[in-house]
Amino acid sequence: MTFLSFLISGISLGSIYAIIALGYTMVYGIAKMLNFAHGDVIMVGAYICFYATTRFELPAIVGVILAIIVCTVLGIVIERLAYKPLRAAPILAVLITAIGVSYFLQNAALLLWSSNPKVFTSVIPKGNISLFGGQLTIPYVTLVTIVVCIIIMIALVWFTSKTKMGKAMRACSEDKGAAQLMGINVNGTISLTFAIGSGLAAIAGVLLCSAYPTLVPTTGSMPGIKAFTAAVFGGIGSIPGALLGGVLLGIIEIFAKAYISTQLSDAIVFAVLIVVLIVRPAGLLGKQVREKV
Amino acid sequence: MMKKKLLSLALAGMMVLGLAACGGNGGDTSSDASTDSSTDSSAAAPTGAAFKLGGTGPLTGAAAIYGVAAKNGATIAVEEINALGGDIQFDLRYEDDVHDAEKAVNAYNTLKDWGMQLSLGSVTSKPAEATSVKNNEDRIFALTPSASSTATIEGKDDVFQMCFMDPNQGSASATYISEKKLGTKIAVIWKNDDVYSKGIHETFVAKAEELGLEIVSDTTFADGNDTDFSVQLTDAQKNGADLVFLPMYYQPASLILAQAQGMSYAPKWFGVDGMDGILTMDGFDTTLAEGVMLLTPFNADAEDQQTKDFVAKYQEKYNEIPNQFAADAYDCVYAYYQALTNAKATPDMDATTLCDLMIQQFTTMTFNGLTGTDVTWDSTGAVSKQPKGMVIQNGAYVGLD
Repeated sequence: MTFLSFLISGISLGSIYAIIALGYTMVYGIAKMLNFAHGDVIMVGAYICFYATTRFELPAIVGVILAIIVCTVLGIVIERLAYKPLRAAPILAVLITAIGVSYFLQNAALLLWSSNPKVFTSVIPKGNISLFGGQLTIPYVTLVTIVVCIIIMIALVWFTSKTKMGKAMRACSEDKGAAQLMGINVNGTISLTFAIGSGLAAIAGVLLCSAYPTLVPTTGSMPGIKAFTAAVFGGIGSIPGALLGGVLLGIIEIFAKAYISTQLSDAIVFAVLIVVLIVRPAGLLGKQVREKV
Repeated sequence: MMKKKLLSLALAGMMVLGLAACGGNGGDTSSDASTDSSTDSSAAAPTGAAFKLGGTGPLTGAAAIYGVAAKNGATIAVEEINALGGDIQFDLRYEDDVHDAEKAVNAYNTLKDWGMQLSLGSVTSKPAEATSVKNNEDRIFALTPSASSTATIEGKDDVFQMCFMDPNQGSASATYISEKKLGTKIAVIWKNDDVYSKGIHETFVAKAEELGLEIVSDTTFADGNDTDFSVQLTDAQKNGADLVFLPMYYQPASLILAQAQGMSYAPKWFGVDGMDGILTMDGFDTTLAEGVMLLTPFNADAEDQQTKDFVAKYQEKYNEIPNQFAADAYDCVYAYYQALTNAKATPDMDATTLCDLMIQQFTTMTFNGLTGTDVTWDSTGAVSKQPKGMVIQNGAYVGLD
């Protein structure tokens, strides 16, 4: 029974990594850039929701919607100001810029909200589902996270494969130049990608802080890195891969802690990542594309 | 080829961000005066009017709750002493170090340029380990209110502590638990990348073994996996721990308490001085901390006149119940007052002369303060005093004894 409860803790942690990883993988898949500021957009989303629900006492759902709106706008603004001017620049320049944006957001949050930890009030009612006569308890927040994660994944897959804008995104990801020649607004499409990615970050932030309720300006950075790892693990660019990678990472982390060593759990997680990348360089569900040189 | 390049970029980025996550709790640096005075070895000349007393502490940032309390406590003591109008007057100045060693050294240099004669060291351990080296080099005597690590005073004859040293906290906690029969099966959850937590854990475990307390679960966490504690808590619960010892700061402790409640695990909780501050966390549900015990040298509910006066004054001035950091800093100023009076020191003495006088005084005198009676120091700078047990009841600290 403890095994099952560890499994559930792992899925719970993993589904949060997965939601964050969806944002990473989406932006990478389409814009071909690693948006390291993603983790910090999560933190901003959580703060917006925190202030909306505790200071202005708005209902939780309004707080979440507000967080999504603010993060979406923030994502577009970041893209316009920091990444768009670098569209033709080497990929390294964009990567460093993303790290810069990440620091900027963290320090702006320090100034705005101070670094005293805030205790986030969960937007999901507290409580558990008891199974097997109370031997196994599953918190509501875990269930909601998993369900939301699956819904988002299905919606994203549908969006990118069926809608016109989604098709435009895929075209941009394959060949920006050719897409432009076919009459696709490449800049607009990339902005849209960032908008969606940042909106997802807001949801991830709210769920992260609902499950693990302390909020500081660096809240997003470590889960952001773990989620990035999850995205690489699952195959970066692949939407189902992000979900799979996230959940597996969470489970490995909890199991490593439970059955091997609480001291070494992070080392084990990253060791598994290295092994997977050696065996499958494109990640679990990543496409093995042969580069034409 | 492209894929490989991207991957190496990604891994490089991850490392950079990993570093960012470690050092990410830096706050604003409003008073970060990075003067290039570090090469200037002589301190400014004393003015002769009042003793220049300087200290560094986290006035902003994640640990601000400690620094601000220490500054407030010291301020009250200085105001009281100055109001007496005697020969000994203090001029107090606190600089912000954001709980960062590098910024603390800058802050220390600012204080040295200002002409600091006596130092209150740094409030937290990590910065104190850096500034205490400077105190020792420059022969400026330091009495830190709350930097409790061993390395703060080790090998420095002019750096003294007002608080217990970390190892002593661990053994004192074990002794207390054993004497009061608070629990027999004990779980410890500690943070393995933090000297403070590690130091307490080691001595706690050693002492517990000596006293026959059974440690049934011993688990850790570190920066980066400090969100999910289900494994550690399940381990404690499964092994039937009736008391969980938490040698850590209040932020992870608050998560542990919340998650334990979520899994309906209700052992006795026992914390250390880093737990102080949990009740003032923004948005914290204080019922979670109900019954949490901690060992601290100061009890704001104590009935003695000195504590009552201090608490009343602090509340009036800062609208808060003082924690032990405030009391420690208050005691530091009074200990200086006593030592300076005994030594017949005058404000026109330079820092080096004062340093020798203070070393002589502190190793021989006995001090009575808010945080203990018959307090003495040995020549290493470590303090000897009795800890007081506290328990959180109805959202406030209450003395256990």
